[in-house]
Amino acid sequence: MARRAYTAVPVFILTVLAAACGGGNTEQAAPPPDAPATNPVDPATAGNISGRVTFTGTAPKPAPVRMDSDPNCVQQGATAPDEAVVVGDGGGLQNAFVYVKDGLGDLRFPIPATTTLLDQKGCRYTPHVLGVQVGQSIEVLNSDPTLHNVHAVPTENQEFNTGQPLPGMKHTHRFSTREVMVPFKCDVHPWMRAYVGVLDHPYFAVSGPDGSFELKGLPPGTYTVEAWHETLGTQTQTVTVAAKETGTTAFEFKPKS
Amino acid sequence: MLHRFAALVAASTALLIFAGGLVTSTGSGLSVPDWPTTYGWNMFTFPIDKWVGGIYYEHTHRLIASVVGFLIVVLAIWLRRAEPRAWVRRLGYSALGAVITQGILGGITVLWFLPDAVSIAHAGLAQLLFCLTITIALATSPGWKRSAAADDRTLQGIAALSTALIYAQIIIGATMRHTDAGLAIPDFPLAFGQLVPPAWNWGIAIHYAHRVGAVIVSLLGLATIGHVLYHHRREGGLRRPAVLLLVLLAVQVTLGALTVLSGKQYVINSLHVVTGALVLATSLVLTLRSFRARFTTHAEGMRVAA
Repeated sequence: MARRAYTAVPVFILTVLAAACGGGNTEQAAPPPDAPATNPVDPATAGNISGRVTFTGTAPKPAPVRMDSDPNCVQQGATAPDEAVVVGDGGGLQNAFVYVKDGLGDLRFPIPATTTLLDQKGCRYTPHVLGVQVGQSIEVLNSDPTLHNVHAVPTENQEFNTGQPLPGMKHTHRFSTREVMVPFKCDVHPWMRAYVGVLDHPYFAVSGPDGSFELKGLPPGTYTVEAWHETLGTQTQTVTVAAKETGTTAFEFKPKS
Repeated sequence: MLHRFAALVAASTALLIFAGGLVTSTGSGLSVPDWPTTYGWNMFTFPIDKWVGGIYYEHTHRLIASVVGFLIVVLAIWLRRAEPRAWVRRLGYSALGAVITQGILGGITVLWFLPDAVSIAHAGLAQLLFCLTITIALATSPGWKRSAAADDRTLQGIAALSTALIYAQIIIGATMRHTDAGLAIPDFPLAFGQLVPPAWNWGIAIHYAHRVGAVIVSLLGLATIGHVLYHHRREGGLRRPAVLLLVLLAVQVTLGALTVLSGKQYVINSLHVVTGALVLATSLVLTLRSFRARFTTHAEGMRVAA
């Protein structure tokens, strides 16, 4: 009986270890979905949506982010402004993710061959907000003289967490399903956050320093457009695009009560 | 000598629990994404200049865990060779099995992105491992071998119940902690300005359960302490842990309040975790000493019969 127990314990441990090593942080690149090779939108009739995202009220003063838990980050600047709410001149709200939420029907779009870069520079994610298409490659680069872990925390896609101990290291990933938004974080440097919008079409943009955005090359139609902001929530608008014309819209966010 | 070594192992385990508390309190659990390696390095050769940010807490926790694991291996071998009582030797094997399982749970929880169930199991087993090391240290102490306390069944009942409920309270606390409900009720001592929360969800329920548990455990602890001080005040082996339990309960409730009021300041939060372990250990010592006479007639008698 005792001998059987002595055998069972190492077998149990090895089994659990094998199970443990089987899961986890290996790259779970999704196979590209069955996408068409060409864009189904007729460029002769395509229109655009443009607009501006603004912040109404007193803009919060960005609190400085302390980076002193890593001397390598401090060397690049002891503090940096928090990016949670960035308001520019005229109340323009930066870093809002604006996208077509509904109205494209059954249209399917080719996957871009280009790779979208998410850089870790100065112990920040740059850009702070970005978008990719399902199946498109996103490359996460470590441009810092320190180590980072790249930890994506989606709810619909596969979570991953991978280490980048050396400068210049890259991690490429493709998301397999639509999700707005996928948060990225670095658990080594808890202030590092990025948000990636994953869509099955190319009609998305991130508002610039003046709050402006533009969605190009849409087929004529009526669309539900959503603006997402990491702390201020979401807003939707309905926009009609006529052939070869630009529909306009505006989003106005207020301080959270 | 064996007793001193066992006490060192128990103290190291308490330090390990504090280090584990720091990992959770600073949100550093996934700052080292691989296991058992550290960013591809062998854990023991990971360059010290890379112990930055959250890595400092997670990697230190792993190193302390390795040392504790090694100490428990030595303890188990030592007990096997030098300890005549079979039940004490078995405690050594149990501690060894627990520390191995604990290491694997720690690895799994990292590789599987901190699933609540595994993280809570990791926290719960840590307390059991600490209890095992405490029991070994107590059983190998000269005081344990020398004397037996009075066989007071009332004390045995309330002390054992206290210990069991303290452990349950720790598991509720671990569940609250790992489901991020530590500030689900943001005020203290009231809950949203009331005695009972006006609205409920999972976070509020588990947080409130931890507060109610604290009241129950404190009252039961006070009953145990009161019983000891009234009926056994001349027995130092019971009086000392009872007084220590009183002090630790006061410290623990204060730390719990400060954890909420400070917005989960990570040092206070971690001290609350390790003080919870010390409350459990002290109650366990009191319980075991209250049963000391029975150990002579049963467990140690069984060895003679065998």
